[in-house]
Amino acid sequence: MASKILVYSTPTCPHCIRLKQFLSENKVDFINYDVSVDREKADEMIKKSGQMGVPVTDIDGQLVIGFDKEQIKSVLGLT
Amino acid sequence: MYDLIIIGAGPAGITAAVYAARKKMDFLVLTGDIGGQTIWSSNVENYTGYQFITGVELAQKFEEHMRQYKISVRENEPVISLEKAKDFFTLTTAKAVYQSRTVIIASGKRSRELGVAGEKEFRNKGLTYCATCDGPLFSGKDVAIVGNGNSALDAALQMVRISPRVYIINKVSSLSGDAVMREKAISAKNITVINDATVTEILGDKLVTKIRIKRNRSLEEIPVQGVFVEIGLIPNSDFASLVKKNDLGELEVDCRNSTSVEGIFAAGDVTSVPEKQIIIAAGEGAKAALSSFRYLAGHKF
Repeated sequence: MASKILVYSTPTCPHCIRLKQFLSENKVDFINYDVSVDREKADEMIKKSGQMGVPVTDIDGQLVIGFDKEQIKSVLGLT
Repeated sequence: MYDLIIIGAGPAGITAAVYAARKKMDFLVLTGDIGGQTIWSSNVENYTGYQFITGVELAQKFEEHMRQYKISVRENEPVISLEKAKDFFTLTTAKAVYQSRTVIIASGKRSRELGVAGEKEFRNKGLTYCATCDGPLFSGKDVAIVGNGNSALDAALQMVRISPRVYIINKVSSLSGDAVMREKAISAKNITVINDATVTEILGDKLVTKIRIKRNRSLEEIPVQGVFVEIGLIPNSDFASLVKKNDLGELEVDCRNSTSVEGIFAAGDVTSVPEKQIIIAAGEGAKAALSSFRYLAGHKF
């Protein structure tokens, strides 16, 4: 079953842009929440991750904070 | 044993790698990330050949160019120590130990930290070094910006539209930065500039709730939910204890990018080169690679 992937990001953050590009390049589908405008999702992100830095990626409930390429690869089983 | 190890993959390190690849040197790149500080520039309008490009896009172009060659790049592997043996160098990372005849240090700069209590605990829990990234999350919240230059003013003017109260905590008696931005900040109704003040502590529970500042020998507390640290950059040169540095901690280089240690070259923002610019860092990286090549050609190992 394909993973459900949520990305919490802002349009101005370079690591968010790179994260989204990285996922696209690896043909990984994701839902992006722009937390600079979506207050509800911003609060959800802070609640889930206990911190306020973007990006945050939620892979089936498993959180990756920041653009940590190696951690995302290992959670998704990419090589 | 490598011919060359390049430390860092910003504009200087990547350009050095391209030159080294074209000279068919046996080399390796050890770095934390790819792109370096370039990705933090929102717009680049002075890199020849591109009238306008974003920092992220330019960093990608650099990376693509480098990946045209079969270059061994170890990401997430910053160098922790650099030591000299008889006629080679030993480089240590968290993952391995490497040996090389020459080294190019192109490790760039990073945000300067406040060095106060609570800073590490509340990093990304209200305290951030990237106002551009995280700023929008503080909409409706009071914030303090620490610093007095253009990046501090830039952050203040970004936050003024979404925060009820914005404080600028400035160590000296007046703001620096561009006059236009300074005036905008001073005239904004919801910005309070606190001069001659230093932050002594970040306080909070799970997230930041206030900061403690020292002004005129007295301690005051300011309730804020966000703290943006914009107090400049410092060179990533801690591991390079062998090499002579200037007062700012930058590695001293001559016009051939040689450092005080024969066989160690350096390029880009980590060095004493005047002017920290993407195009200059790239050019310096090219020079450093050619100097390393010449050095190897002139020595019999």
